[in-house]
Amino acid sequence: MNKIVSKKTLSRRSFIQASAAVGGGLMLGFHMPDALAATISPKSSSTSTAVGTEINAWLVIDKDNTVTMRIPHTEMGQGGLTSVTMLIAEELNVDWSKIKTEWADANRHLRNNKEYKVMSTHGSQLVRLQHPHLMGAGASARERLKQAAAEAWGIDRSQITAKLGTLTAGNRTATYGEFAEAAAKVKLDKEPEISIDPTKWWLLGKPTQRLDIPNKVNGSAQYAIDTKVPGMVYAAVKASPVPWGTLKSHNFDAIKSRPGVIAAIPLKAVAGKRGQPDLQDAIAVVADSYYRAKTALDLLPVEWDFGEAAKDNSAAYYAAGHKLMEQKGQVSGKEEPKAAETIAASSKVVTASYQRPFETHARMEPINATVWVQDDRIDVWSPTQDQSAAITLVADQTGMDPKNVYAHTMFLGGGFGGNGGGGTGVTRQAAEISKQLKKPVKVIWSREEDLAQDKQRPLAVAKLTASIGDDGLPTALFTRAAWFSQDAMNQIGGATSDYGIYNIPYKVPYRQHERHNAKTHIPSSTHRAPGANQMGFMAEVFVDEMAIAGGWDPLEWRLKMTEGLDDFQLVFKTLKEKAGFRTDLPKGEGMGIAMVESHGTIAACCATVTVSRRGRLNIEKILVVLDAGRVINPHAATEQCEGSVCWELSHAWTGGLELEGGRFVNTNFDSYNLLRIDQNPHVETIFASSGGDKFGGLGEPAGPPAPPAVANAIFYATGKRIRSTPFRQHDLSWT
Amino acid sequence: MKFTLNINGESQQVDVEPETPLLWVLRDDVGLTGTKFGCGIARCGACTIHVDGQAMKSCQLQASAAVGKKITTIEGLSKDSSHPVQQAWVEVGVPQCGYCQSGQIMSASALLAKRKNPTDAEIEAAMADNLCRCGTYQRIMQAIRLASSKIQQA
Repeated sequence: MNKIVSKKTLSRRSFIQASAAVGGGLMLGFHMPDALAATISPKSSSTSTAVGTEINAWLVIDKDNTVTMRIPHTEMGQGGLTSVTMLIAEELNVDWSKIKTEWADANRHLRNNKEYKVMSTHGSQLVRLQHPHLMGAGASARERLKQAAAEAWGIDRSQITAKLGTLTAGNRTATYGEFAEAAAKVKLDKEPEISIDPTKWWLLGKPTQRLDIPNKVNGSAQYAIDTKVPGMVYAAVKASPVPWGTLKSHNFDAIKSRPGVIAAIPLKAVAGKRGQPDLQDAIAVVADSYYRAKTALDLLPVEWDFGEAAKDNSAAYYAAGHKLMEQKGQVSGKEEPKAAETIAASSKVVTASYQRPFETHARMEPINATVWVQDDRIDVWSPTQDQSAAITLVADQTGMDPKNVYAHTMFLGGGFGGNGGGGTGVTRQAAEISKQLKKPVKVIWSREEDLAQDKQRPLAVAKLTASIGDDGLPTALFTRAAWFSQDAMNQIGGATSDYGIYNIPYKVPYRQHERHNAKTHIPSSTHRAPGANQMGFMAEVFVDEMAIAGGWDPLEWRLKMTEGLDDFQLVFKTLKEKAGFRTDLPKGEGMGIAMVESHGTIAACCATVTVSRRGRLNIEKILVVLDAGRVINPHAATEQCEGSVCWELSHAWTGGLELEGGRFVNTNFDSYNLLRIDQNPHVETIFASSGGDKFGGLGEPAGPPAPPAVANAIFYATGKRIRSTPFRQHDLSWT
Repeated sequence: MKFTLNINGESQQVDVEPETPLLWVLRDDVGLTGTKFGCGIARCGACTIHVDGQAMKSCQLQASAAVGKKITTIEGLSKDSSHPVQQAWVEVGVPQCGYCQSGQIMSASALLAKRKNPTDAEIEAAMADNLCRCGTYQRIMQAIRLASSKIQQA
């Protein structure tokens, strides 16, 4: 096959001019991080292109006052690139148009004992937990620049102001660039405090255009799947259709004469370790193009041993889960025998069971990785949220010293907790194939492989029971839940199955929660707002059931039950003021409320729906009210809330993976249906910020309350109580 | 088999099996990676391009069937991101992860080439085959309306 040399239609210079021409305000002249992996040398990630003096690991300042910021986090659509830049720039106090950005070097981070503190991006933690050292890097550099000028001018540092890249004391002024070299040598007695008071910020809190947007309207943003390395070959892979089945045989002879086919490589299972995803038995077909590899793989005769897991199906899991609801589980927090006793002695008891299926990440960028194993170094281009893990994973698979592994940060075609190539075995697959063939290899999972072999959000079941007192409020609440994970673990990563169901704020006198950890062969992972996404639905639909049984309006119930909790009160009162929530709409129309706290942020939704007599659901509007304490970039934060709502409604309304014969019936977007544009509700986002020292996340929390709000709205529209998802499986017709 | 394709106004000779989807010829042979692989079964729209001005999903289009036709990819929509749809996308700040956005923009620009002032229902119908996992639909609607007004003013 004749390879035509790839030819870029836009030079870098013309691209920057283009972005200046179409952009406005703050974006003018801004450089994008250089992630042009298709044309860069694989060795480039260890060499910063920043020009000037390095003040600290995050900052390089040039004589012409250009500041290069090194971004240690991943941009997966959540606005992380812009948030990091804003956090550093706020404290450094530098002209936005003078900033360039580049991705921080994950290998340097590793070699220098975690120099960037954290090079992983998950859990809505970027602003929430990383702001102290990111703002600190800017503050420290600013004070060192001031100190350098103070020494040169023979005055005290306190007499100097640093603003928009200029140092001033009386009549004297200088640019940061002029003192960059001197500042690099300054040692401060004490590192400065950062400013977390939103009223004092000049940049944070202002709606700011995201820096990655111009790259994403002309095809120039480079994702891992776009990687092209000289001499690269392509692999299509297939793991056992029933996860964790074993590879019995394959017949390479049947396909080896097909055009471009190079090899068929069986891959042996490797058990995962903490932070290092596992590898299943799989077969890879390698060819000189992806299409040739994929078509040959489809024709390759392969035999698997599926084992006992081939008998598993969703109905059996649900039955097992509901059975567990009648058995004592592990108690979360402290044992409260009075919860069950009060319910047993009560004359009015509400009880309901709920269930939700597995869901998949289905990032639009299918799971992929490119790895080049050489004698003295390994390069990795992977859509990972965790560059550090990508390095240790490849080192583990190949036996290479991690110090010689270089992970290239790419734009991610979605993250959502699934960690792209980093959370699956694909990076191991690419490393193993490259090691064996001694060539750079790009592995792409077909969409079918991606849905079948991604690590999924656990199937979950819950039963909730409450006794209702004379005032209509609960006197006791007893809950049990189970989720089905690969390791029968309550914990997946940092997320637990208690989220959204145990840590609820309502002040019920007696409360006990128990959990069961059920096992499945289906690989499990965190999934945007993990735990809260499944369990929040169960808890918040049940809240409506409790409230209505006690004769309470669901919004008034939530206000009453959070009395004394100022931030919850702020959210519910704001919702009450803005939503126009009412329960007396004509049949076929309904509004519903729900609230789930996750990632340090309180998020409440009010859904407005219509349901036709024939049962056709239309979700017209979702109003979201959030308290994240403070908001760094309202523009990006609002987008994240709109996206989170759409994300969760995709699962609750149209999605749902169904297990049959140990594998999913859903194989591609024809049978795993994501929300489409004509189904997407209008989302209005309101921030009700309580301030204080609260730094909540905003990449995930708006999602979990959306499905229960819709289910509660459907109840008012139709009289039908929805206790499972997806909604599409329910007959919503009414007369 | 060798044949010549007209891509973004230039002739490109390729040598592939004639049934190879145009998507993979664009990405792996011609090096235009702005057109994305999403599903391979024409259900997500990430691979949308224009063929003689019509929005088409390149993952289900045999490369040899495009011979003699005018193929436009996101890289060829404008030289400098100046197409009204691209401008509107930037002004509204539509993309999040961005992976689906080439396809979204190609579908939207094909729609507006035919209907300068589409109704919301027409926009939804034209865009219903383009999935976005980040949930940017609301901003896509807003940006198409903005692009429409730009086109009408031009």
